[in-house]
Amino acid sequence: MNRILKYVILDIIKNKIVVVYTIILALFSWSAFSLEDNETKGLLTLLNIVLLTAPLVSILFSTIYIYNSSEFVELLASHPIKRSRIWWSLFLGLSLSLVIAFILGAGIPIFIFADWKKALMMISVGSLISVIFVAIAFLSSIMSRDKAKGIGVSILLWLYFALLFDGLVLFLLFQFGDYPIEKLMVALTALSPIDMARVLMLLQLDASAMMGYTGAIFQDFFGTQLGLVLSFTLLVLWSIIPFSISLFKFKRKDL
Amino acid sequence: MIEVKDISKKFGKLKVLNNVNLTMEEGQCIALIGPNGCGKTTLIKSILGMVVPNSGEIYFDKKSIKKDIAYRKDIGYMPQIGRYPENMTVGHIINMIKGIRNSQEELDEELYHQFGIQNFLDKRMSTLSGGTTQKVSATLAFLFNPKVMILDEPTAGLDPIAAEILKEKIIKEKKNGKLILITSHILSELDELISHVVFMQDGNLIFHKSVKDLIAETGSESLSKSIIYVLKESLK
Repeated sequence: MNRILKYVILDIIKNKIVVVYTIILALFSWSAFSLEDNETKGLLTLLNIVLLTAPLVSILFSTIYIYNSSEFVELLASHPIKRSRIWWSLFLGLSLSLVIAFILGAGIPIFIFADWKKALMMISVGSLISVIFVAIAFLSSIMSRDKAKGIGVSILLWLYFALLFDGLVLFLLFQFGDYPIEKLMVALTALSPIDMARVLMLLQLDASAMMGYTGAIFQDFFGTQLGLVLSFTLLVLWSIIPFSISLFKFKRKDL
Repeated sequence: MIEVKDISKKFGKLKVLNNVNLTMEEGQCIALIGPNGCGKTTLIKSILGMVVPNSGEIYFDKKSIKKDIAYRKDIGYMPQIGRYPENMTVGHIINMIKGIRNSQEELDEELYHQFGIQNFLDKRMSTLSGGTTQKVSATLAFLFNPKVMILDEPTAGLDPIAAEILKEKIIKEKKNGKLILITSHILSELDELISHVVFMQDGNLIFHKSVKDLIAETGSESLSKSIIYVLKESLK
């Protein structure tokens, strides 16, 4: 597996899209921290950019890469190597390279400008989000043989998690605002990795006061050690489950 | 060597393979022919374990290929279209496959030298022409001295000199007692190579004959003519 992984990473890191992604992340991060007068504001600005771009680049780039590798995967499958190894190598290769790109682009300025605890949180959340959307890309590209369809599904999934889900939550808030649904809100965030990442990060930045009573409930839950561990576990699950389903399907797929 | 028993495969409602039976022995060079979409590629992919048949069993050296992937170390496969990750270099690809095979046996580098692969080890796959990519695929297929060669349209896209080198190599390996399975649409180039013909149509295996028998039956003077005769007959 290490053999394939090494060359897959070498291949992706030289990819122009990944290089441009790294540069853009770096530009955004350096300017976010230089323009804002305090680090929390800088982190907040950066958080919104990261939570929009990292999922989009991860899911789209991975989907296209998986489809473009289909003949290569076929060739590998004709050699004495288990299918699960091929799939794992691709997954780890994509995840690691995109995480490296994120750390090179955004991680370095975050570490320079922000307090190390917040920085560590921000970098782990950003890396996890990248891996999660790589995993979702694996799931959407195993669903159909048609590249255009697969990319379409990926874009829709990104749209759902990045924008539509928030809309739905807001809608629920407005409709049922008279009822005590704050606890339900905490549970609902678990349904979208982006929202969970955002809440986790906002609480680190002590910005929860801006969220009113719901913010207090969030603080109650995510602010505790248990809440933190639980939400990180959920984020990890968000990457493991889509990938496991895709692996299960890939093992039985006709190449 | 390879025994295909009663395999059937459906893609959705479309039946691509219909109870195909086929036995292939070492030293044979078999041409798999038939009109487009007759199930040739699906049959090859079933033997390679890329496609899992709905029913039936395939045996390699009398062992079922279902559970064990080790048999693939004895197969060299050259795909019809070789597409590789664009930023990998030729050298990377070769090293990677060597790493996967992890073979202790001596490598067969004849094609590697004859095609001059050493001259573009540092070139990226995306910069190579179709023919050069095919040369890399062919080199990889022969590199590990496999007992069975499966070549899907091997000479498509190769220049005449390279095609000739490949043909010579195939003849040589056939004499070494290897089993060679070729699909090709270029009938004239099959003439000197093959010993047996397998003809498929609409997922059915119509016949499996030696070249001598086929020529005698159709009354044609050469293999390509007899194949055309068969193809025309099948359309009637």
